Amino acid sequence: MAEAAHLREIPIAEADASNPPRHSAVVRITHWITAVSVFVLLLSGIAILLAHPRLYWGETGAREGPSLIDLPLPFVLDVPIRGPGRYLHFTFAWVCVLTGLFYGLFGLFSRHFRKHLLPTRNSLSWRLISRHLRLTRPTEEEALSYNVVQRLSYLGVVFVLFPLIIWTGLAMSPAVTSVFPWLATVLGGQQSARTIHFFTTIAIVLFVLVHVAMVFRAGFASRTWPMITGRLSARPRSKPSHNEEEGS
Amino acid sequence: MSVLLTRRKLITTGLAAAAGASGLGVAAYLAKRYNLIPPDHGGIYGVGETLTYAAHRVLTSGHSLAREFDRSQISKVIPVNGKHPEVDAYQRLLAGGFADWKLTIDGLVDRPSSFSVADLKRFPSHSQITHQACEEGWSFIAEWRGARLSDVLHSVGVQPQAKWVFFFTFDKWWDSLDIPDALHPQTFLAYGMNGQEMPLDHGAPVRLKVARQLGYKSLKYLSRITVTDTMKNIGDGLGSGSPGAGYSWYAGI
Repeated sequence: MAEAAHLREIPIAEADASNPPRHSAVVRITHWITAVSVFVLLLSGIAILLAHPRLYWGETGAREGPSLIDLPLPFVLDVPIRGPGRYLHFTFAWVCVLTGLFYGLFGLFSRHFRKHLLPTRNSLSWRLISRHLRLTRPTEEEALSYNVVQRLSYLGVVFVLFPLIIWTGLAMSPAVTSVFPWLATVLGGQQSARTIHFFTTIAIVLFVLVHVAMVFRAGFASRTWPMITGRLSARPRSKPSHNEEEGS
Repeated sequence: MSVLLTRRKLITTGLAAAAGASGLGVAAYLAKRYNLIPPDHGGIYGVGETLTYAAHRVLTSGHSLAREFDRSQISKVIPVNGKHPEVDAYQRLLAGGFADWKLTIDGLVDRPSSFSVADLKRFPSHSQITHQACEEGWSFIAEWRGARLSDVLHSVGVQPQAKWVFFFTFDKWWDSLDIPDALHPQTFLAYGMNGQEMPLDHGAPVRLKVARQLGYKSLKYLSRITVTDTMKNIGDGLGSGSPGAGYSWYAGI
């Protein structure tokens, strides 16, 4: 029953009912733009961090004073990327933020969040969650929709990690905090914001690693192809029975 | 049906494209009209820089003040970044206790003038306890004392067509501010720090303090200020030595 319920949620393209789109065009385009910008932001972020790989808590911190964490990285000032790394970081921050805003508005108004990311009431059970955490192979029907662990992870990335990394980024700006001082003070200060920015990056990197590992485990082509073309497979499949139910 | 749909799609797409194009045109016009375009707006990073600068100028248009702190929050350790200038001109002034130091202000002003430290101290004295962050990542809080740049500029009569205020120093750095930041109440010609005369390491005798931008905009060892309506013919035309080295001209971040 539950399977039938979420199968109905999958939009069927008029043109090709036997090969329904798995992901809408907006989801696919914003996914890849975000993927590229996260990659560039990570590289340029590392370039920025290497100028001073030390983290502090509070408003201030410097090499001559106490730190929260001394990262096991060298202080690198003279790398070619050092300056341009900052230009690159802010350029792609705009790409990422504008794409995220567009995706957020789309998700809200198209009910993408509610339909595809909000866990169904029935799925929020420890039995199901632990079953997915043990990476039990999904049935073909189950694979057509996100499971509860996927939904919770994606919601966490979209509504916790990305807002947090944008917030902590803005909290490091003396011009922005001149207008919204609480952006920094709520976090404990400008250096706290920098430290949280770093750990949020770590969380996003961990998510990406697990996400990519899961894609490989589930089948790289069968999961990546729909995120590029929207279609489940390159060739239309032989009509599976559940599509007839849909009646297109 | 399909023909209708195609036509409707075509019209919608066309209208959206036209709206987008004219929207960009209007945005470009408004950005130019309201001085929302930074000098380093060209090249691949120019779009992001322009978005940042324009967004900040709109956001801070109510003359927002940088966060100020309590005296107890002043940093115990104040990092020193870079050496003081080695040029003879500076060394001679240093040897004389800066008695002969003069800050020249010229360009688009009614009365080009030079100010000694004592002259600057005759302007109303202001102080601020603000945060200064280096683009590298470290930061400190200090108390800065000085004259407001706006008071000094008003005394020499800035002409209405002025758009930029350039700063030159005894070391290799040079930079510029737009009028909103030059006239901002927390932009100081600072001659004191933490209750003392400006220390040698921090820009003696007078440094710039720009509270709403990163530390590299607060130039040390000032020698000359020039008011202009253009960035052309000054250095590489990017308003500062920073963009050439890969750092944005606008550092409100």
